[in-house]
Parts: sequence; C-alpha cells; structure tokens
Amino acid sequence: MLDRTIILLRSLGHTTINAVWRLGYAGKFFFLTLKSSGTSLRRPHLVVREVYFTGVRSLIIIIVSGLFVGMVLGLQGYETLQRYGASSSLGVMVALALVRELGPVVSALLFASRAGSAITAEIGLMKATEQLSAMEMMAVDPVARVVAPRFWSGVASLPLLTAIFNAMGIYGGYLIGVVLIGLDEGSFWSQMQAGVDFRDDIMNGVIKSFVFGIAVTLIAVFEGYDSPPTAEGVSGATTRTVVISSLVILILDFILTSFMFRGA
Amino acid sequence: MPSENFLEIRDLNFSYDKRPVLRGINMAIPKGQVVAIMGGSGCGKTTLLRLIGGQIRPSQGYVKFDGKIIHELTRSGLYETRRKMGMLFQFGALFTDLSVYDNVAFQMREHTDLSESVIRDLVLMKLDAVGLRGARDFMPNELSGGMARRVALARTIALDPMLIMYDEPFTGLDPISLGVIGNLIRRLSDALGATSIVVTHDVQESLQIVDYVYFVSEGVIVAHGTPDEIRASEKPFVHQFIHGEIDGPVPFHYPAQGYAEDLQLGPFDA
Repeated sequence: MLDRTIILLRSLGHTTINAVWRLGYAGKFFFLTLKSSGTSLRRPHLVVREVYFTGVRSLIIIIVSGLFVGMVLGLQGYETLQRYGASSSLGVMVALALVRELGPVVSALLFASRAGSAITAEIGLMKATEQLSAMEMMAVDPVARVVAPRFWSGVASLPLLTAIFNAMGIYGGYLIGVVLIGLDEGSFWSQMQAGVDFRDDIMNGVIKSFVFGIAVTLIAVFEGYDSPPTAEGVSGATTRTVVISSLVILILDFILTSFMFRGA
Repeated sequence: MPSENFLEIRDLNFSYDKRPVLRGINMAIPKGQVVAIMGGSGCGKTTLLRLIGGQIRPSQGYVKFDGKIIHELTRSGLYETRRKMGMLFQFGALFTDLSVYDNVAFQMREHTDLSESVIRDLVLMKLDAVGLRGARDFMPNELSGGMARRVALARTIALDPMLIMYDEPFTGLDPISLGVIGNLIRRLSDALGATSIVVTHDVQESLQIVDYVYFVSEGVIVAHGTPDEIRASEKPFVHQFIHGEIDGPVPFHYPAQGYAEDLQLGPFDA
C-alpha cells in the first residue's frame, strides 16, 4: 500500500515537473519567436502567404458556423424574449452575445481545430522529414523563417475571422428574427445600434480574439516544433494542440471576461 | 595526402544520455578530397556529420573547419560558417511546399541580393548539372526518390559550398539512380573544388568514387585507407563489411541467453 502511494506520488511529481518544464520551455520559445520576427517584418509576403493558409482557408467553416450560431441565437433569443414582451430586443441580444462572447470564443475554437492543427502537423512533418534541419544547415534560422511567419499570420487572422463570424452571426439572427418570424426590421437594427457599445463591447471582443490568436497560434507552432520526429509524435502533437488550445481559450475567456465586464 | 587539412577532427567524443556514441575520433581531411565514412547502421556516422555541421556539441575534443573550431563559434559565427557548407540529407529533405525551382533558389534568395533574373540563370545551371532542368516546375511529391535526391544535390551546391556532406546518398535508390548520384558526387566535387564527406554503407559504389575511406564501428574508427588499401585489407571487420558476410566481428545474433535455456528445454536423459 505504502509502495503504491510512493509510486503514485512520484508519478504525480514527475508529471508536474514535466508540465512546469514544458511551460517554461514554451515561454522561452515565445520570446525566441518574438526575437526572431524581424524576417517576418522585413519580408511581409512570408506572413501574407501564411495568412492565406491559416486565415483564408478557414473562411468557409467560420462563415457557415457563424451563420448557424446566429440563427440558433435568433430562435432561442426570440423564445425567451417574447415571454417578457421584449422580442424587439432580439437584435441587440444576438449582437451582444456574439460580439462579447460567442464570436471570439467559437471562432478561436474553430480556428484551433482547423488552422492550429494544420500548423502543428505541417511544422511537425517538416521536422520529421529533416526540412528544419536542412534549413539550419543552410544557415537559415527555422524559427525566423518557418515559425514566426505562421505565428504572426495566426495573430492577424483570428481577429479578422472573428469579425466575419460576428457579421455572419448577426445576419443569421436577422434571417430568423426579421425574415422568418417577422419582427420589425427597423427596431431590430436600431436597438442593436443603440445597445452595442463600441469600446465596452466591440473593442473588448477584439482584444479577446487578439489574445486567443496569440495563445492558439503559439500553442500550435510550439507543439509542432517540439513534436517527436515520428508519425506517432506528430499525431500526438496535433491532438495536444486542439485539446490544450480549447482549454486555454476557455480559461483565458473567463479571466478576460472577469476583468472586462464587471457589471458596470 | 597533402599537408593542408581543411577539416580536422581531434579526440572527438560524443555521448547521448550518458551512452557513448563516438569515442576518440581523429580525422584529417585535406581540401578537395572525397572521403567516405563507412560503417553499419547506428554506428555514429550521421552523428559525426551533425557534429561537423555544429548541430550538436561534442562531449570532448573538437571539429576544426577552415581554421575554426565549430563548437566554440557563436550562433552568428556558426551560421556564417555553415554558408560554406552544404549537406545532402538521406531522403533529400526538400521543402515540400516549394517547387523544384524554388527549392534550389531558396538559399540564393535567403543569403544574397541577386536579382531574380540572375537567380533564374544560376538555378537552371545547377539543375542542368544534375540533369533536371526540365523538371524545374515539379513539386517534390511529383519526383521519384532518385530525382528528389538529385534536386537536393542541386540545392546543396546552390551557393558553391567548400564542404559538401552527404548523409547516406545511396539509400533506397535503384542501380541506375545510384550510379547517377555516385557519378554526380565525384563530378561536382571536382568541378567545384569542394571537399566532400560521404557517409554511407554502400561499399561498391563508394569505393569507386572516393579518395579515402574511414571505417567506423561502435563509435570508433577501426580502419582507414585508400580504396585499394581497403579492398586489400585483412582486418576482420573490414573484410566482413566489404564482402557482406553474415557473421564475423559484427555478430549475426544480438546478445541473448542460451538458446536451449530460452526455449525452456530440460536436460536430455541418457
């Protein structure tokens, strides 16, 4: 019994030390990426190319998801609001839910699954097939040439994708509220305009999506760069990217929300 | 051998997780020579190349390239030195998101301010040297193993390196591609005046193209000499390696307990 307890404690200690070590390594990697970003700034086409792969290719999933999330919000919102005779506030409800919360969070979760996993798999495979070693032997820093452009493309893409998600969501709410149910179009839009504050709602949502962009892309590039150079290693790293990103998005969302919206 | 040693390795030791991989390696490679490092799989040949390229640091000893001790260089110094080196990886390591043309142009765009028209001429010259000028628009996944290795070779010589390292260049190639690659290694080394190190276990092909051979076994150099000396060698390891004998100093069986004991056979009754 004592032996098993010791083994359990030892394994717990080992796992904790490992997790802290990896966290520290990821922190160092983040600073190294920032330090090596000069190439990305001097040669913006490297970032633009990656924006196409991470951002543009995520458009379909973002547009379709945004539309459906907005339509569901429209249906659920109308159901609840009409009980209190406030169905004309459907527009503002849909917009606030999207801009403050669902837009940044759902976009980031979708981005982690679509683009984050692809970035990890790509960098992991480049490592496994010695492309990163080849680059190093050509005196080209792989962090500057491969990691940094992908990192900045993710940071730039996610806020834009979130804006598109929000726009599509609001349009989905409009389709349900105005086109399907027949609410007054003028009150739908005017209440939304009056009820959504640029600084408190929109800007806070933008800050969230920016922070999520940094977190998700950093996790994706780090997991790819740190993955063991085997098929199993790359597959494990890809899974970790999605799982860790999803958890980090939700935890960061709570922390940011608690600072931003204090019921004032 | 000429007196000027372009690459010098002295008392080189390297351990991985306290497990010794290389022990007391000494080599002196003059400028312009093509040298083979031979040995069985896992004997530390590729590790030796990585030590020369500065990708890992020795536990003891040093690698001196062009008068500079590799592991003492700063990061920028190491990158500066690597511009004089080229390395052909075992399976080419071509950048899969770039075309053949862009792969060869990669270093030129990264390290020089040459105009695109000059780069185009240089890339076509390099591709022509490996016989693949017509394949410039292909993507790496459209190439055969031999073609990929030749494109990688063109990329390796893109900036006319002084030292070219080849990591198992003959692995997995058909006899025609194998002959082509072997011929190119010799021809390009002579044309560029470069020093070449070929890590391989392909005996017949290598002995035809190299000037000198080092044999590595279990992390130490067990024999060295010119191809003729190696062919005539009576050293048991070299003999087994050259003639591909199944058993010898490199045993067929991995160490294990007695066969009968392992099969749990009892003693025979008389």
